Amino acid sequence: MARFLFPEWTQPLKKYVITPALLVGPVYIVLMAALVKDPQTLRVGYMPEQPVPYSHALHAGEMGLDCRYCHNVVEQSAKAAVPPAATCMNCHQTVLPRSEKLLPVRQAFFENEPLRWVRVTDLPDYVFFNHSAHVTRGVGCETCHGRVDRMVRVWQAQPLTMQWCLDCHRNPEPNLREPANVTVMGYQPAAGEGAAVKARLKINPPTDCSTCHR
Amino acid sequence: MASPSEAAAGSDGEAQAVFRGITDDVSRVALNPTPKWWWPAFGVSNLMLLCLVVSLYHLFTTGIGVWGNNNIQGWAWDITNFVFWIGIGHAGTLISAVLYLFRQDWRTSINRSAEAMTIFAVAAAGIFPIIHTGRPWFAWWMIPHPNDMGMWPQFRSPLMWDVFAISTYATTSILFWYMGMVPDLATLRDRAKERWKQVGYGLLALGWRGSARQWHRYERAYLILAALSTPLVLSVHSVVSFDFATSQNPGWHTTIFPPYFVAGAIFSGFAMVATLLVPLRHLCGLKHIIKESHIEAMCKIMIATGLMVGGAYGIEIFIAWYSGNAGEWFTFRNRVLGEYSWAYFAMVSCNVLVPQFFWIRKCRTNPWIVVGLCILINVGMWFERFVIIATSLARQAMPGMWGYFSPTRWDVLTFIGSFGLFFTLFLLFARFLPVIAMAEVKAVSPEAHAGKDHH
Ligand code: HEC
Ligand code: HEC
Ligand code: HEC
Ligand code: HEC
Ligand code: HEC
Repeated sequence: MARFLFPEWTQPLKKYVITPALLVGPVYIVLMAALVKDPQTLRVGYMPEQPVPYSHALHAGEMGLDCRYCHNVVEQSAKAAVPPAATCMNCHQTVLPRSEKLLPVRQAFFENEPLRWVRVTDLPDYVFFNHSAHVTRGVGCETCHGRVDRMVRVWQAQPLTMQWCLDCHRNPEPNLREPANVTVMGYQPAAGEGAAVKARLKINPPTDCSTCHR
Repeated sequence: MASPSEAAAGSDGEAQAVFRGITDDVSRVALNPTPKWWWPAFGVSNLMLLCLVVSLYHLFTTGIGVWGNNNIQGWAWDITNFVFWIGIGHAGTLISAVLYLFRQDWRTSINRSAEAMTIFAVAAAGIFPIIHTGRPWFAWWMIPHPNDMGMWPQFRSPLMWDVFAISTYATTSILFWYMGMVPDLATLRDRAKERWKQVGYGLLALGWRGSARQWHRYERAYLILAALSTPLVLSVHSVVSFDFATSQNPGWHTTIFPPYFVAGAIFSGFAMVATLLVPLRHLCGLKHIIKESHIEAMCKIMIATGLMVGGAYGIEIFIAWYSGNAGEWFTFRNRVLGEYSWAYFAMVSCNVLVPQFFWIRKCRTNPWIVVGLCILINVGMWFERFVIIATSLARQAMPGMWGYFSPTRWDVLTFIGSFGLFFTLFLLFARFLPVIAMAEVKAVSPEAHAGKDHH
C-alpha cells in the first residue's frame, strides 16, 4: 500500500481553512474577550421588570423630589435603602388612590408586607461597599447611577467592575463636588471644585484590597 | 549530526544491514501486537490514575481541607510532589539538550524516552500548584492579561516566575520531543500494515519524506531547540528554588538553593530514567541499542550529582551554625534532630549513601540492583523536598506557629494518582511511539562513520 502522505485534497484545506483560522482565530478571540464579554457590554443597561411601574423620571425628574426623600439613609449608612410602601402612601393616599398600577403598593401598605422590588445595582457579596463613605465625601449619585431623573424604569448605568471602582479611587478629583449637591442631577462642578473639596475634606480613597474585600 | 540518508549513502552493505536492524527492532515495539506484559502494567497504572481522578473530584467539591495541610504547614505534600516531579523532568532535558550540544553520542539511545519522561513528569508536576490554590478554576488568572479587576499578577513574586518557568519548560520540551520524533514517525508510517496506523502515524509525521532539504531544516531546528532548552536545565529548578530562597523563613532563605536544587533535580531525573529504561530495554528487546555502558554512564552521573547534593546538605548545616543566626541554627538542629528527624535520615541515607554503591561495578551492571538503588534515590529525593518544606514550617519564630503535618488518605491518594498519570502516559508512549530516536542512533553508530571519511 502506498505510504500515507497528505493527499491532494487537503491542500485547499490548508490554504482556505487552517491558515485563515490561524490568522483570524486569535483576532476573533481577542475581540470577543475585549468587546463582547466586557462587563460594559454585558451589564450596563440591565433593566429588570418591576412589580410597580414606578417612574423616577416622573417623581425625581418632573416633580423634582430629592433622592433622600425616599432613599433616606443614604448619608448615614452603607445602604441607600429602597423606601417602604408607607413613603409612597404619603402622597398616594390622596393622589390616584384608585389607580390599578398602584394596587401592589396599597396591598403592601395595608397588609404590612414589603413590596418585592427587583434589585438593579448589585455587587457580589464579597465586595464591601458603603454609600455614606461616598455621598458625604462629595461623590454624586449620578456618577455611579447615571441620570436617574430621566429613567422611567431604573437601569444600571455603570459596569461596577473592580477596575471601575479603582479608576476613581486612584483619581477621584474629576468626580468630586460639594457634598451638599450630591443628589443634584446634571450637575456641572465649578472649575477647581473637585480639587478644593479634595483638599478641604482630605479625601484620599484607599486602594488596598481590604478596603473592599474584608 | 550527519543525517542517516547521507551517512547511509557513504557506507557499505553491512552498515545498511545494521541500520535496518535498528529500525526493525524499534518499530517492532510500536507496530507488533501488544506484548503480554503491557496489559497488566497498563491496568495497574490506570487504577492509580483513577485514584487521581477520585481524589481530585473530592478535592474540588470539598476544598483543600481534605488534605493534612493546616495554618502552620500551609505547604506540605502538594508542593513536595510538585518539586519532586519537576526535578524528575530535568534529566530528560539535560540528556536531550546539554549532552547533544556536548556531542555525547551515547545519549541518542535514551534521549527520546528521557524527553517523554520529562513531559510526563512536568504534566504530573503541573497538577499540584494548580490544585493547591484551592480554586483551580481561576488558574488562568496567573496568565497576565488585561482584565476588569484592573489587576496584574505580582511580578515580584517567585511564584509568578515559576508559572513562566514551568510553562516555558513544558512548551519547549513538547516541541523538542515532537519535532525530534517526526522522522521516526514517518518510519513507523511506512512500515505500518494496517490502514488506520498508516493514517495515524502519517498525520503525526506531518508529511515527512526524508528529502535532503527536510533533513537540513530538521537539523537546524533541532540545534536551535537544543540551544533553547539548555538554559532551562539550569533556570527551571533555580526558579523553583526561589519559591523558597526568596522567602524570609529560616531553612528556606538560603543562597545555595539554586545550584543545590538543580543538582538534586538531575540526580533524581537520572534515577527515574534508569528506573524506567532498565526494565524497558529488557521487555522490549532493546538491549543492543540501550547498551549496558549507557546505564553505567547514568550511574556515574548519579554518583557525581549525589555527591553534590550531599555536599549541599553539609554546607547548609555548616552555614546555619557559622552564620551565628540563632533562628537559622535552631531550624537546622530541629531539622536533623527534631520531630521530623526520621525524614531527614531517610533523605540522607537514600541520597548520600545509596549512590555510593555505584562505585562498585557490579551495582552498575546488575539490572535488579540498579533499579533497586534508583528507586531508593527517588524515595530519598522525595524526602528531600518534604524535609525542606515541612521542617522549615513546623517550627517558626513563635511557639504559636509550631505544628506537625500528618497526611490524610487524600494526600496519599493524590500522590499515588500522580504516579498513575505518569506511568499511564509513559506506557502509552512505550507502546505506540518510537521509543528510541532511530535516525539519531543510526547517525552516531560506528557504521555511519565507516568507509568514506565525512566532514
Ligand atoms: C419617591 C421615592 C423615590 C425617590 C424620590 C427616588 N427614588 Fe430611587 N428608588 C425608589 C424606589 C421605590 C426604587 C425601587 C424600584 C426601582 O428600582 O425602580 C428606587 C430605586 C432606585 C435605584 C435602583 C436601586 C437598585 O435596585 O439598584 C437607584 C440607583 C435609585 N433609586 C436612585 C435614585 C436617585 C439618584 C434619586 C434622586 C435623583 C432617587 N432614586 C429618587 C424610590 C425613589
Ligand atoms: C410627593 C408625592 C408622591 C410620592 C411620595 C409618590 N408619588 Fe407616585 N405619583 C405622584 C404624582 C403626583 C403622580 C402623578 C399623578 C398623575 O399623573 O396625575 C404619581 C404617579 C405614580 C404612578 C403612576 C400611576 C398611574 O396610574 O399612572 C405610580 C405607579 C407611582 N406614582 C408610584 C409611586 C410609588 C411606588 C411611590 C413610592 C415609592 C410613589 N409613587 C411615591 C406623587 C407621589
Ligand atoms: C460610588 C458610587 C455610588 C454612589 C456615589 C452612589 N451609589 Fe448607590 N449604589 C452603588 C453601588 C455599587 C450599589 C450596589 C451596592 C451593593 O450591591 O451592595 C448601589 C446601590 C444603591 C441602591 C440600591 C439599594 C442599596 O442600598 O443597595 C440605591 C437605592 C442607591 N444605590 C441609591 C443611591 C443614591 C440615592 C445615591 C446618591 C445619594 C447613591 N446611590 C450614590 C454605588 C453608588
Ligand atoms: C467616582 C468615584 C468613586 C467610585 C466610582 C468609587 N469610589 Fe469608593 N470612594 C470614593 C471616595 C472619594 C471615597 C472617600 C475617600 C475618603 O474618605 O478619603 C471612597 C471611599 C470608599 C470606601 C471607604 C474607605 C474607607 O475605609 O474609608 C469604600 C469601602 C469604597 N470607597 C468602596 C468602593 C467600591 C467597592 C466601589 C466600586 C463598586 C467604589 N468605592 C467606587 C470614590 C469612589
Ligand atoms: C475599590 C474597591 C476594591 C478594591 C480596593 C479591591 N477590589 Fe477587588 N473587587 C472589587 C469589586 C467591586 C469586585 C467585583 C467586580 C465584578 O463583579 O465584576 C472585585 C472583584 C475582585 C476579584 C474577583 C473575584 C471573582 O470571583 O471574580 C478579585 C480576585 C479581587 N477583587 C481581588 C482584589 C485584590 C487582590 C485587591 C487588592 C489588590 C482588590 N481586589 C482590591 C472592588 C475592589
